[in-house]
Amino acid sequence: MSTVTIQESGWTDKKRYLWLLGIAAMGLPYYGYLIAQATHWSIFYWFTPLFIYFLIPMLDNVIGEDEANPPDSAMAALNADRYYRWAVAASIPAQYAVLAWGAYTALTGDLRWYEALGLFFSIGWTSGLAINVAHELGHQTSPLERWLAKIALAPAMYGHFYVEHNRGHHVRVATPEDPATSRFGETFYEFLPRCVIGSVASAWEIEKTRLARQGKSVWHWSNDNLQAWALSLVVIAAMTVWLGWMAIPFVILQGLFGGSLLEVVNYLEHYGLRRQKLADGRYERCQPHHSWNSNHLATNVFLYHLQRHSDHHANPTRSFQTLRNFDNVPRLPNGYGGMILLAYLPPLWFRVMNPRVVAHFGGDMARANIKPSIREQVLAQYGRATA
Amino acid sequence: MRRLIYVQRLGVFVMKKWRCLVCDFVYDEAKGVPEEGIAPGTKWEDVPENWTCPDCGAGKSDFQMVEVD
Repeated sequence: MSTVTIQESGWTDKKRYLWLLGIAAMGLPYYGYLIAQATHWSIFYWFTPLFIYFLIPMLDNVIGEDEANPPDSAMAALNADRYYRWAVAASIPAQYAVLAWGAYTALTGDLRWYEALGLFFSIGWTSGLAINVAHELGHQTSPLERWLAKIALAPAMYGHFYVEHNRGHHVRVATPEDPATSRFGETFYEFLPRCVIGSVASAWEIEKTRLARQGKSVWHWSNDNLQAWALSLVVIAAMTVWLGWMAIPFVILQGLFGGSLLEVVNYLEHYGLRRQKLADGRYERCQPHHSWNSNHLATNVFLYHLQRHSDHHANPTRSFQTLRNFDNVPRLPNGYGGMILLAYLPPLWFRVMNPRVVAHFGGDMARANIKPSIREQVLAQYGRATA
Repeated sequence: MRRLIYVQRLGVFVMKKWRCLVCDFVYDEAKGVPEEGIAPGTKWEDVPENWTCPDCGAGKSDFQMVEVD
């Protein structure tokens, strides 16, 4: 373990204070509300989705990519710097405060229906963002951070992610067996149910196996799925006691919407990529070329470097601030912000991404992860590699 | 705790297991990971420091010795 501090290594993290924007982002629904109050324009109840779907992609295009990596000499100290862990965890109180305020305002404020709807989607967006917070926390090994991960997941009704992500997705990534890896030719709308159902089922099986190994029933209180789902129930119950029966559909549906945002990000991260089977039938280890990456700074700041996805799979417990850009890894043409818009429109997605998948494999689509129902057609169309 | 007692010329030692804290992959000293060049019987401290979990890529420092099975 290096004893050189960051300062001694002579390098400073230019993004150090930008990471606090993740906390500020949780307040987007509230900022929209304030602007709406000041301008009397109801559109600003929709400020959060407008920010995410329009402003961020524009910022990605204008600000562009950040390919800078910390020098090797600074890596150990940077990874150990607790400031960054606090910067992530501090978004949780902000998330819960906005959820409480948003539900209260939408359900008891005198809002027109289209204002309440805008607020609903905005709150759902913060729940979705919180899943990424939970992703960062859940990859750490300290019990406190892992508990905080479950708490961050609760409003999104997404507790299975805690189990399935580390012990399912990271194990089966970029294989046809992974529900969270999208296939060439599969639309986001086909991927979404397959991923959700497959991930929940997988999370259940994983815990069942783990508990059986300890001689416990799958219904034992130490089942991580049950704990995470119980936290969601606590959120629903608390909001219902406070705000009445309408809180039940509001909280559940905003959570499901938030979950769908994580799923559209899942969709982009390994589209069409596949690890190859070795001679003994096992899959090769996950390599940098098994993930799609982006270095667009605006999105990276709000998503804690999630877009540096290859390094994340290579080093899953590495804290986000040290994740590195690699050259020669599959690259998305825009940040996730713009790419999720494409994902919502399959013909555009296919037009932009399918050629990239084909180019990545040098035309040898036999090596790609293809939607089974079109596999023969794709192989006939592209053939195998000629080289 | 299940043990494999391996009798050698020098004495008896007990094979241990180490579990990946990220994904639950188990490194069994008795089995090693022969397909990656780590022979059966290789003790944890003799596994190279830059070896990572074959399932999820976590480093050696993210493994914990299994106390009870």
